[in-house]
This record gives sequence, structure tokens and C-alpha cells, in this order.
Amino acid sequence: MTPPRSDGDAPVLDMSGVRKEYTVGEQQIVALADATLTIDHDEIVALIGPSGSGKTTLCSIAGGLLTPTDGTVEFAGRDISGLSARELTEFRRTSVGFVFQSVNLVPFLTARENLLVVDELGGRRRGDRAAARRRADELLGELGLGDRAENLPAGLSGGERQRVAIGRALMNQPRLVLFDEPTSALDSTTGDQVVKLIRDELKARETSAIIVTHDQRITHYADRVVRIEDGRVDNEPVSDDTPPEVAGGERA
Amino acid sequence: MRLALRELLRRPGRFVAATAVLTAVAVLLMFLGALLDGLLSASTGAYRAQRADVIVYSADAGASLPRSRITADVRSAIDAAPGVAETGGLGSVQLGARPEPEPDRRDLIATALIGYELAPSGLPDQPPPPGEVIADDSIEQEGVTIGDVLLLGPARTPVTVTGFVRDTQYSGQATLWASLDTWREVAGANRPAQALGDGTVQAVVVRTDGDPTELAGAIEAAADNRVEALTLADAIDELPGVSQQRSTFNQIIGVTAVVAMVVVALFFTLITVERTGLYGVLKAIGASSRTLFLGVAAQAAVLALVATALGVVASLALAAVIPPGSIPFQVTPSRLVTSGALMLAAAVIGCVFSLRRVLRIDPAAAIGGSP
Repeated sequence: MTPPRSDGDAPVLDMSGVRKEYTVGEQQIVALADATLTIDHDEIVALIGPSGSGKTTLCSIAGGLLTPTDGTVEFAGRDISGLSARELTEFRRTSVGFVFQSVNLVPFLTARENLLVVDELGGRRRGDRAAARRRADELLGELGLGDRAENLPAGLSGGERQRVAIGRALMNQPRLVLFDEPTSALDSTTGDQVVKLIRDELKARETSAIIVTHDQRITHYADRVVRIEDGRVDNEPVSDDTPPEVAGGERA
Repeated sequence: MRLALRELLRRPGRFVAATAVLTAVAVLLMFLGALLDGLLSASTGAYRAQRADVIVYSADAGASLPRSRITADVRSAIDAAPGVAETGGLGSVQLGARPEPEPDRRDLIATALIGYELAPSGLPDQPPPPGEVIADDSIEQEGVTIGDVLLLGPARTPVTVTGFVRDTQYSGQATLWASLDTWREVAGANRPAQALGDGTVQAVVVRTDGDPTELAGAIEAAADNRVEALTLADAIDELPGVSQQRSTFNQIIGVTAVVAMVVVALFFTLITVERTGLYGVLKAIGASSRTLFLGVAAQAAVLALVATALGVVASLALAAVIPPGSIPFQVTPSRLVTSGALMLAAAVIGCVFSLRRVLRIDPAAAIGGSP
């Protein structure tokens, strides 16, 4: 379905020595001290860590929402750490997908239109509209929302809404999708379905992902689990079958 | 932009209140404009009808027709000025008129009898014969018809209305157009103290094939500065009350436009604050501030246009309902267009106030709350 990637050996994401500081009033806050993380092609990484550990900051820098104070971020071989706000907007529009924690669909647009928003944001040529529409319908079908395309978000269940959000994230055929606690607002059964769907969709497209999560189920579905604590990434592999420890650390 | 317009269609309810207020403002804007146009047209009709380029008053008259006196020798100096193509004397007298059938009528009809030589538009080149006048059609509201005799002033000088002419009011009064002889007779009978000798008129209107401003200077020089020559446009501005009315109304119209701007600014600032979360998400998935702001501007423009359209309908309805002659209310297409442009400008300027907010929205806020 997705054409094979042809950018040689460059990993999808290569962050090294990334530091992020904020100045809040007089105080200097180090959100990310020295983060090094590589995401390979077709790799799903679960990012876990206690609140305030820098998960969100890391994820934001990886997705071009923030620029690092120090260090380099290479996306498919391209350095994105020095991009201007305008260039970052373009980068996000074309290269990454986001699925956020809370429901954030455009409330007055149908499920299909919410997917097409991504397409409309670009300076799209006329003939592409039909193609975009086909793609949106295809995605909705895969996500089990084929018959819900005309529904407004208010007429969808929580799980369905999150599935629409996943569809939106995949709409621009990204190399990397960033998930911010994708299941935290869902009950466990729905959450489980959504997690499976996420993995299936990503693997079918050979798309990489970083999933920030507290959810054990996701760590099972991930190819690799990375811990982050006090702004430092622990790149020692965390085995998939040590969730109790992970969970324990999470709840702190 | 598409997103913003779709929101208007899908959630019109959110915009009803703001549109209602803007419509009220648009109606006010057009109402004020129509009043101003009505007032101005009632004050200036007699001058606007003049097919002349320059009007000459005596130097001490302060550009006032009733106070001005142009004697025969001054008149010949004007005639001799370089660039003068044609001249015509003008004389006026403002008198209360009574229709002949009811000579004791209490509420007199306010009229201005104007004697002319050079025919204003709508009037015959040859002024009416002695004792006859052509009346401004606003007098029809008083029940006057062709053939009626009006008794003018305390002397009750009779004149016969032999025709009507449109849009020639003078200071809100109906004009009665007559020959200079008729004017001298009526003025002499009713205002004996101000009787003017033969050959003396109040003002002289001048036609030229050249530049009116240059001609005005040439005439003043030719008449040894015993006269004040004004272009027709300047003379209209000097008519009693005209520039005052214009500036007063334009100030009120300006303030009204500012109110429209404030309404748009407040409403869209509020709506932008409400959309902070949504805009953050849209920015995160690749919407530029420009796209989002253009959406806000498009919504503001649509609201202004809807308000304008409703305002136009209301103004036309008002114009149809207001009985003619009760208040000076004149709806003109140019005024409606100007008001619409003013609304649009107010909307665009007003929504600029939310630009800063749109720019400040941090796409990073979409993830995990705040960074």
C-alpha cells in the first residue's frame, strides 16, 4: 500500500544529545537533559516514564512542535532542529502524524471531513481532492468506520473518535506518527481494540511511531519500550515482559 | 478558510448574536447616512440644479444669497472677465405661501422664490412669464397642484404654479422658480425695505469652458474684489448648515463604524479564546497562523456582509414606510455601498485584534497539556 522508502540507511528519527530548557520567570527548567533516541523504519516505540520526566517534551521535539535548546534532531536524514516556525509547520503537515490524548476532532466536521482537513491545510491542487477523498474513505474503512463517515464527532463513541483521530494522523502518509496517551480516555475494552488497530495500521504501512503511554497493553504491542526519567532517555532495552515494574514506575 | 466558512454554515447559531448586533449597527449607519443625504439634498437642491461653474456674490455677503447684492456695473465687470462664457442673475426671497382657496391658513408653506436668467436643469430656458412660477415638487405634499395660485408673504402677492421641477429645494424649503421681474415684484411688495433697483441681482451664476477655480480668481480680479466668486461645489459647502451637518453626521457615522469594529474585535477575540485548543491541534497538524487568521477574517467579512445585506433591506423598508416629507430620509445606492464598505473595513480591522492571539497559540500545547 505504501511505496517502499528509498532514503537509504537513515533512520526515521535520530535524536542525539537533545536538551530543552524553559525559562519560567526567574527559574530555568530543564525538561530534557540529554536525550538520545533513534527510531528505525517500521519501528513502534513505547515511551514511558513518570510525569514530568520529559516524555511530552521529547515527543514534541520529535514531531517538530518544539525546537531543542541543544543537540540535533534528524528526521529521515534531514536536520530539523534549526527549522523556522514556518518550516516546522510545513514539516508537521507533510511528514508526521499526531494522535492526541483528548478528543480533538473539529466538532462541526464529519468524520470524513476531519480527515480531509489535513489535505485542505496544504496548498492542494484541484485534481487531488478526489484522491484525498478516496484515501479518507479507505482509511475510515480500515478503521471500521466505513458507515460512520458522515457522522459528526458528537455522534461517535469515544473509541470511534479516537479511531478517526488515528485516520487523520495517517492521512498525510507520514513516516512517523506520535501518539500522546492514545488510550487514556478510553475504557479497557475499547482501549485494547484501539491499540490493536494502531499496531495493525502502522505495520501495514511500515510506519514508525512513538507512543507516549501509561498503558501496559501498548508496551506489549510495541517493538521496543524506552524509559525516560528526569529528562534522560534510558536506551537499555526494556524487555516486553516486565510490565509490572513499568507499571509500578508509572503510577508514581 | 474552507474550514471557517463551513463553521458558519454548520453552526450559524454561534454567530447569530454578533450578526444581530452588526445588523443593528449597519442599519444605524445607513439610517444616519440617509438622513444626512436627505438633509443635504433638501438644503442644496437649488444650487445642485444650477448649470453653472461659478457663483458670484458681493464681497461683503459672506457667500450668503439673501445678503448679497450685485449691481449692474459689477455685473458688467463680471461679464467682461476673461473665460466667462455665459452669466445669469439670481435673486431670492423666502416667504410663507398660502394656497389661494384658503387665504387664512395658519401653517404657511415655507417657500423660496428664486428669479433666474440662466436656466437650472429641469427648468425652461425662458423663465416663466410674469406672475407664473415653476415649483419644486416637494410642494405637492402640501396639496398644491398645477394651476393653483399661491399667495406669497404678508402682501399676499399671487403667483400661479404652472409646472413642477424635481430636487431643487433650498434650505429645506420648496423653491418657486420665476423670472427676475417676477422676483423683483414679489420681493418689492413683501420686503419693501430691501427693494432692489432694476439691474441689481443678488448673485450671478457663470458658465465657463475653462477651469472654474481659475475663472473665480479672474472674476474677482475683474470686479476689483468687490465680489466673492466661488466654484459651485464650494458655494454648496457654504450654504447655511451644509458643512456643519456634514461634519456632525460624519462624526457620528465614524463613531458608529468604530462601534462595529469593537463588536467584531470583542466577538472574534472571544471566539478565538474559545478555539485555543482547536487551533493548537490544527497548528500541530500543520495549519499555519496565516491560514487560521484568514479563516477568522473570512468569518468576520461574511458577518459584515450579511449585516450589510440585512441593513440594506431594512433601509429600503424604512424608506418605503417613512411618509415623504416627514423627515429628510434619502436612501441612495452610493450611500448603501459606502456603508457596506465601512462595515467590511470595520470587520477586517476589528478581527486584527484577534491576530495576536492566533499567533500566540502554541502548537506544542496540543500535546500533553502545557510543555
